[in-house]
Amino acid sequence: MNDKSVSIDRRPWTKRPACCESRDPCIEVRDLSVSYGGKLALRDVTLAIPLGCITAVVGPSGCGKSTFVGTLNRMTDLVDGCRVEGRVELGGHDILNGRTDLIGLRRRVGMIFQNPNPFPLSIRRSLTLPLRRHGVRNRRILDGKVEGILRRVGLWDEVKDRLDHPALDLSGGQQQRLCLARALVLEPQVLLLDEPCSALDPIAGGVVEDLILSLRGRYTVVIVTHNLAQARRVADDVAVFWVRAGAGAMIEHGPVESVFDAPRSEWTAAYVQGVHG
Amino acid sequence: MPDPSVSPLPSLSEHRVDWPDRAVASLVWLVALLVTGSLLWIVGDLARHGAPELSWSFLTDSPRDAGRAGGILPVVVSTLMILGICLAVSLPMDVGTAIFLAEFTRTGGLLAHFVRRSLDVLAGVPSIVFGLFGNAFFSIYLGMGFSILSGGLTLACMVLPILIRSTEEGFRSVPDEYRKAAAALGLSQPATLWQILLPVATPGLVVGLILGVGRALAETAALLFTSGYVARMPSSVLDSGRTLSIHIYDLAMNVPGGESNAYTTALVLITLLLMINVLTFWIADRWLHRGITHR
Ligand SMILES: Nc1ncnc2c1ncn2[C@@H]1O[C@H](COP(=O)(O)OP(=O)(O)OP(=O)(O)O)[C@@H](O)[C@H]1O
Ligand SMILES: [Mg+2]
Repeated sequence: MNDKSVSIDRRPWTKRPACCESRDPCIEVRDLSVSYGGKLALRDVTLAIPLGCITAVVGPSGCGKSTFVGTLNRMTDLVDGCRVEGRVELGGHDILNGRTDLIGLRRRVGMIFQNPNPFPLSIRRSLTLPLRRHGVRNRRILDGKVEGILRRVGLWDEVKDRLDHPALDLSGGQQQRLCLARALVLEPQVLLLDEPCSALDPIAGGVVEDLILSLRGRYTVVIVTHNLAQARRVADDVAVFWVRAGAGAMIEHGPVESVFDAPRSEWTAAYVQGVHG
Repeated sequence: MPDPSVSPLPSLSEHRVDWPDRAVASLVWLVALLVTGSLLWIVGDLARHGAPELSWSFLTDSPRDAGRAGGILPVVVSTLMILGICLAVSLPMDVGTAIFLAEFTRTGGLLAHFVRRSLDVLAGVPSIVFGLFGNAFFSIYLGMGFSILSGGLTLACMVLPILIRSTEEGFRSVPDEYRKAAAALGLSQPATLWQILLPVATPGLVVGLILGVGRALAETAALLFTSGYVARMPSSVLDSGRTLSIHIYDLAMNVPGGESNAYTTALVLITLLLMINVLTFWIADRWLHRGITHR
C-alpha cells in the first residue's frame, strides 16, 4: 500500500503562475475503485490533485472520467448500486467516510455538468436560492453577491436588465456561465467540470474556457474534456484514463507538457497524436 | 444511371392529393368536433332547462316542499364542506405518497411495488364499495355516524389513487438534471423537493386534482351511505349533509315535479366544477411562476 504513495511532480513549469507553484495536494486519491451493480468501472486510481491548479482528465469514452470526478463530491451516491472503495482525502479528511457531511462537502466541491442545467427559476433566484439555503438571508448582501458573481462570469452586462426573467430563456453559453456562477457563488474550494464546453458552440465554449483559465490559483479545478487541445491550453496537470481489462484506469498522470510531449505509455502516445488506439 | 427499382422523383409542379393522409386528418377533426359538440350540447341542454329557474334566491334559500320549491344553499354548503374535507385530507397524503413513490423509491423496491399495485386496484373499485367501506369504518366503527366528516373522508379514500398516480407522473417527468444540479449545490432533499421539484411537478398534480374533484363532485353512491341526504343547513362537520349530486338524484328520481329544480341544480354543479377548474389552473400557474417572480 505504501509503495503506491502519492508522488507529486515538483518540476517548475514556465506557464504555471506562482499561485499553484507550491504543488501542495488539495485532493489525494488513493486506490480508488468504483463499480456499478458489481461491474467494475474504475480500478485503483491513485493521484494527487494539486491545490490551485487545473487538472484535466482525458481519455476515450467510457473510461470512467465522469465516474472519477463524481466520486470527488460523492455524486456517485445518487446512483443506485454504485460502490466506491479507496480513499479520497480533502483537507486531510476522507470524504468517502460514511460520516462525511454531504451538504458541506458539496459546498466545498462545486460541479458543472456537460449540459447546462439551470433551474426553472429566474436568473436572480438561481443564484440566491443556493445562497439562502446556505444561510445568507440579508437582501442587500444577496443583491451584492448576485451582481458580483455575474460580473465575475461576464454575464452582468448581458442580463442586468432581466434578472427576474427565467434562466432558461438564456442561450446555451449564457446558461453554462450562469451554472458556473451558481457554483462559484457558494465560494467552493474545488470545482469539478465535466465536459463543460462540449455542448456549446466554439465561441461560447471559448468564453467558458477563458473563464476556467481565470479560475487558476483561486480554485482547484478538475476538468474532464474530450478536447485535447483544450486540455493543453488550460491544464497544469493531465490525467489520462483508459479502459484496461474491462475497467477504467489511470494510465498516465503528470504535468501537461510531459504527458503530451514525452508520454510514458504507448497508449497515451497514440492517443495524444490522435491515432486510434 | 438512376436505380430502376426506385420510382422516379415526382415533379414539383404536379400537385397530387394524398388520400390516406386526408382521410386520417378528417377523421381526427371529426372526432374532436364530436367530443366538443357533445359537451356543448349537454351544457346547452342544461342551460336551456335550468337557467329559467336560476336566480339569486335559488342560491341563498333553503329547499322547501322536498326541493320542488326554494333554493339549495344548504346543499351547496354541504357540498363545499365535504369537498374541503376530502381535499384537506387527500392532498397532503397525495403529495407525500407521490414523493415516496417517485423520489425515494425510484428504482422500485417491494413496498413501492405493493403500494403502486394497490393504488391501481383501488382506482378501479366502484364507488359503492367505497361507500360500504366508509359506512362500516368511518360512520360505524369510528362513530362518526352519517356526517359530512364521514363523507369527506370516504371521498378522500376514493380520489387518492387518482391523485397519487397523476402526481407521481408529475414528479417522474422532472428532468434528472435538476436533481443532480441541486445535489451538487449542497441543497438538502427537503429544499430540493419544495423549491425545485414540486413546482415542476405541479402540472401532474393539477391534472390529478381536477380529475379527483370531478369524481368527488359527481359522487352519489358512496355518499348516500356516509354523509346521508339531510337537506338542512349543517351546523358542524358532524351533521349529515346532502351534496348537489345527491340532491339532483333525489329530485329527479324520488320527487315528482322536481325535474326543473334538478336541472337548475345540475347547472349550478357544472358551473361550480368549471369554477374550481379555472381556479386550480390559476393557482397552479401562480405557483409555477413563483420560482420566476419571487425574489
Ligand atoms: N449510472 C451508471 N450505471 C451503470 N453503469 C454506469 C453508470 N455510469 C457509468 N457507468 C459505466 O461506467 C463506465 C464509465 O462511465 P463514465 O460515464 O464514467 O465514462 P466517461 O469516461 O465519462 O465517458 P464519456 O466520455 O462518454 O462521458 C462505463 O462503462 C459506463 O457504462
Ligand atoms: Mg462522461
